[in-house]
Amino acid sequence: MREIVVLSGKGGTGKTSIVGSLAALAKGKVLADCDVDAADLHLLLKPTIKEENEFWSGQLAQIDEAKCTECGLCQDLCRFEAIRDYKVDPIACEGCGFCSHICPTNAITMKENMSGHWFVAETRYGPLVHARLGIAQENSGKLVAQVRQQARRIAEERGFDCIISDGPPGIGCPVISSLSGASLALMVAEPTLSGIHDLERVLGVCRHFGVPATVAINKHNLNEENSRRIEDYCKDQGIGVAARIPFDNAVTEAIVRGLPVVEYADGAVSREIEGLWDSISRP
Amino acid sequence: MLISIASGKGGTGKTLVATSLALALKDNRKVKLLDGDVEEPNDHLFLKPDISGSQPVFIPVPKIDEAKCTRCAKCAEVCAYNAIAVLGEHVLTFPELCHGCGACSYLCPEKAISEEQRQTGVVEWGNADGIDFVQGRLTVGEAMAPPVIRQLKKHTDSDGIAIIDSPPGTSCPVVETIEGSDFCLLVTEPTPFGLNDLVLAVETVRQLGIACGVVLNRAGVGDNSVEEYCRKENIPILLTIPLDTEIARLYSRGITLVEGLPEWKEKFVGLFQKIKETVDARDRSLKR
Repeated sequence: MREIVVLSGKGGTGKTSIVGSLAALAKGKVLADCDVDAADLHLLLKPTIKEENEFWSGQLAQIDEAKCTECGLCQDLCRFEAIRDYKVDPIACEGCGFCSHICPTNAITMKENMSGHWFVAETRYGPLVHARLGIAQENSGKLVAQVRQQARRIAEERGFDCIISDGPPGIGCPVISSLSGASLALMVAEPTLSGIHDLERVLGVCRHFGVPATVAINKHNLNEENSRRIEDYCKDQGIGVAARIPFDNAVTEAIVRGLPVVEYADGAVSREIEGLWDSISRP
Repeated sequence: MLISIASGKGGTGKTLVATSLALALKDNRKVKLLDGDVEEPNDHLFLKPDISGSQPVFIPVPKIDEAKCTRCAKCAEVCAYNAIAVLGEHVLTFPELCHGCGACSYLCPEKAISEEQRQTGVVEWGNADGIDFVQGRLTVGEAMAPPVIRQLKKHTDSDGIAIIDSPPGTSCPVVETIEGSDFCLLVTEPTPFGLNDLVLAVETVRQLGIACGVVLNRAGVGDNSVEEYCRKENIPILLTIPLDTEIARLYSRGITLVEGLPEWKEKFVGLFQKIKETVDARDRSLKR
């Protein structure tokens, strides 16, 4: 099973636009949206949801007021400052359960927390697994793991040998969860100082977890000098540059129309993305 | 006053707004800028601060004294993160899974567990041309941003204006960053992606009870759906920045809007005035 995850470090560099186009170009694959706290891929792929599942993960402390003697031990020991005035702040609570173990009157219990939903859907490009983390919830990494696991299950059932995942921005828990064990990380980089800085950090995460990476420079003509810096950096690190996609308003117009850009415009952007798929589709 | 800058969607211009707002206000006020996007901090690329101090971020992780340990497995039983396992005669710890809650060391009946510090990031501070600057930085390969953000936020005390730049998204690192702010500026773009993620961001700030307003960036391309949504939800659009290749080129070189195109300074001062009016009105109504 080949699993390609699209990442960028910096947000808004074009991950979802590129995944939408790869969805239109690739045959026999499952799509996964691993950006579970601001998922956008469904806006391009227009899925019909076949299955909706609750995601239960993590726990929250609950204080039984009738049993609580207001001794304050839980407040003193909680390192996340999640208990104030003998009440639990559900946002600050990390679900460690320390308080429930030490409460002298057993007034604290841990309650399982429903922290989001995940969906199995059909699109005209193939099956899609996506998810929605509840507002202000934790455990995005575990929900990402669930999305990937379901995508693999569907791929196996249907005899597909490829999964294409749209990853989250950043380098933290949901990125690590999207990346670990993947076959290839496709980095969408923009030639801005922020884009270069963030690319270097997320490539560091790939190295740390031993996942091979390749780079697509998006809006490469926005700043040719910075694009050259990305090329030099990649050459230095032994990382290939698989596409140089020019800036074009057609990309935004395609988003507004809810279409992958390769289906909306014939220009250089589409040709570069086609070339990109050509070069990464074979192991 | 603490102003947070968030977005839902990444790459909409949080850094551009945070740095330009700080620069526009610094001549007449004490300004502090905190970069809370500890996974990918970028404000320093624009403000080029002189860093004068730093403090590592540690998570206390268990260290087991094998001589005292009786393999009773109480620690493994209480750990909610599967960071300790007892396998026959061996106690294994997985420090990267540990959240540092301290339950294992406190509850060990033999007092066989002490804590050692594991570094997961750093908080740095300094000065950028009159702006007090603070940033957090998660170590590459580490998963948990919130402890770095928590330590960064110990620096929000300011007798002037503090501005905190948030990471994208709507989950725990964002909540950690914007919680406790007096106002949250939501930066978005006029596309279906921008709208979808703005709606999630608005739900997040409302859940936290924080007043918010919108900065609409890259206006001119896209559609009117963000404006329609803001009208319907009664969320003010406080500043509109057009889609302009010159702004994008300046940004690509690490030049702030206010420095590259000085006519924007007044607009950011105006943006601050509107925020201040909202915060003052709320403070007055709270007093009544």
